[in-house]
Amino acid sequence: MKRLTSLAWEIWLPLVLIILWLVLSAGSKSFYFPPLAKILETVNQLWFFDGIVENMLPSLLRILTGFGLALLVGVIGGVLLGLLPRFEEAIRPLLEFLRSTPGVALLPIAIIFLGIGDGMKVFMIALASMWPILLNTIDGVRSVEPVLLRMASSYRIPLKDKVRFIYIPNAAPQIFAGARVALAIAAVVMVVTEMVGSPGGIGYFILDSQRTFKVLNMWSGIVMLGVLGYLLNFGFRLVEARVLDWHNKKNA
Amino acid sequence: MNNSQTPLAGRVPAQTDELLVVENLGKSYGDHQVLGDISVTVRSGEFMCIVGPSGAGKTTLLQCLSGLINPTSGTVSLRGKVVTEPPAEMAIVFQDYSRSLMPWLSVLDNVMLPLRSATKDKAERKKKAMEALIEVGLKDHVEKYPWQLSGGMQQRVAIARALAYAPAIVLMDEPFASVDAQTRGDLEDLTLKLKNHLGITIVLVTHDIDEAVYLADRVLVLGNKPTQVVDLIETHLGTERDQISTKATREFAQLRTRVYQEIRHGDIPSSAGSVAAPAAS
Repeated sequence: MKRLTSLAWEIWLPLVLIILWLVLSAGSKSFYFPPLAKILETVNQLWFFDGIVENMLPSLLRILTGFGLALLVGVIGGVLLGLLPRFEEAIRPLLEFLRSTPGVALLPIAIIFLGIGDGMKVFMIALASMWPILLNTIDGVRSVEPVLLRMASSYRIPLKDKVRFIYIPNAAPQIFAGARVALAIAAVVMVVTEMVGSPGGIGYFILDSQRTFKVLNMWSGIVMLGVLGYLLNFGFRLVEARVLDWHNKKNA
Repeated sequence: MNNSQTPLAGRVPAQTDELLVVENLGKSYGDHQVLGDISVTVRSGEFMCIVGPSGAGKTTLLQCLSGLINPTSGTVSLRGKVVTEPPAEMAIVFQDYSRSLMPWLSVLDNVMLPLRSATKDKAERKKKAMEALIEVGLKDHVEKYPWQLSGGMQQRVAIARALAYAPAIVLMDEPFASVDAQTRGDLEDLTLKLKNHLGITIVLVTHDIDEAVYLADRVLVLGNKPTQVVDLIETHLGTERDQISTKATREFAQLRTRVYQEIRHGDIPSSAGSVAAPAAS
């Protein structure tokens, strides 16, 4: 019952907005802003399920691979840099510089070297979304309670156990905070790289529809992009709730 | 108070059961000398309490004993081997139970973690950890997170972790300083019970004179600054002690007074004669 009320509380505003959009756009004669009802009809025709297989799955695969790589490199790199403060100090300016450069700015170079295929897309997604994970992991590793480290050395806990049972769990809340930002960046970069890249994928579909004046298709792609983003975030929250169970309960 | 000035109080006659030998230990940070010239021998199976005024470098001394920091001069040796890093036969219980336990691991996993490198078999590790947790009375709380327990219970987890490690000697750094008086008494009795049951050697640092006298076979009284040994007192209070009756005995009151005076005396040597004995409880 409690879950039901909280679900209702969460869903009422989106529902109102959708209904408002439905009603207000119902009589629209504008070429660029077709009625929502027609957009949804197109979504149903185009996307279930041919469009999903043709365009949504490739996008999903790219973002998951890119984001996964970003997680892997960000966490491993973050732990290493967190444990080597002198080294990290030396390369900090470089990291800050690279991080401040908008990821998509490197797109032209990436296209020269990697082409317009999946390699380039995944690389760009991983590169752009790695920074918040990397930097948050460094901070999380640094913030381990000194008493805990004294405890660990007094019990002669080896480094690999310290990393696995002390440093990474300690950094986990910050890693997740970084990963949440990273996921949003990954979605943006995914769409952008697909728009400039080879066919296949929601981003390409949206831009291609716009260029060929299939405005309804374009809108349906945007709707599906929203759905994809929502699902990714939902999945992320599920994993986070599981892994950070102790953290959420402790701070409740 | 007359027999309190024995500068090398630790030089007890050489015994075969010498476990931890501290010789001329000194520690300085730059020009600042924290530990003077400390020599003391911890016998196997004894309960030694180190008591001193606050700021007397008690924690620094304990960290030197444990090999967590290296002394500037002198040596610490455990069973004849010079301590340069934390030895495998030693466990430490820290004051900050809430910070020395991992909040992301269950009570059981907290106790099991230090056993990973020595005991490869997980079932074996779990068995050892469970035995220690039963010993400290936490059998029904092993699946909880430490922060779901009270302060006293959290410190029991830390004690269980030390026991499961099966050390020859346990060092405790003001372990009961941040719990309430009732819990403190319970934990003191638990520690005494464990020492008698398991025959482990315990070195406990405290600023609480009553606690030191109540727990110890021998009390090492420190003075500052820099920290040096003022006295080493045998308590002769027996193995069975009780919070109420032991503390009501004449011997307890005398010991308490003696330690109290020595701590003041160590602080301000010139005015020592005028210090009135505090009323014994």
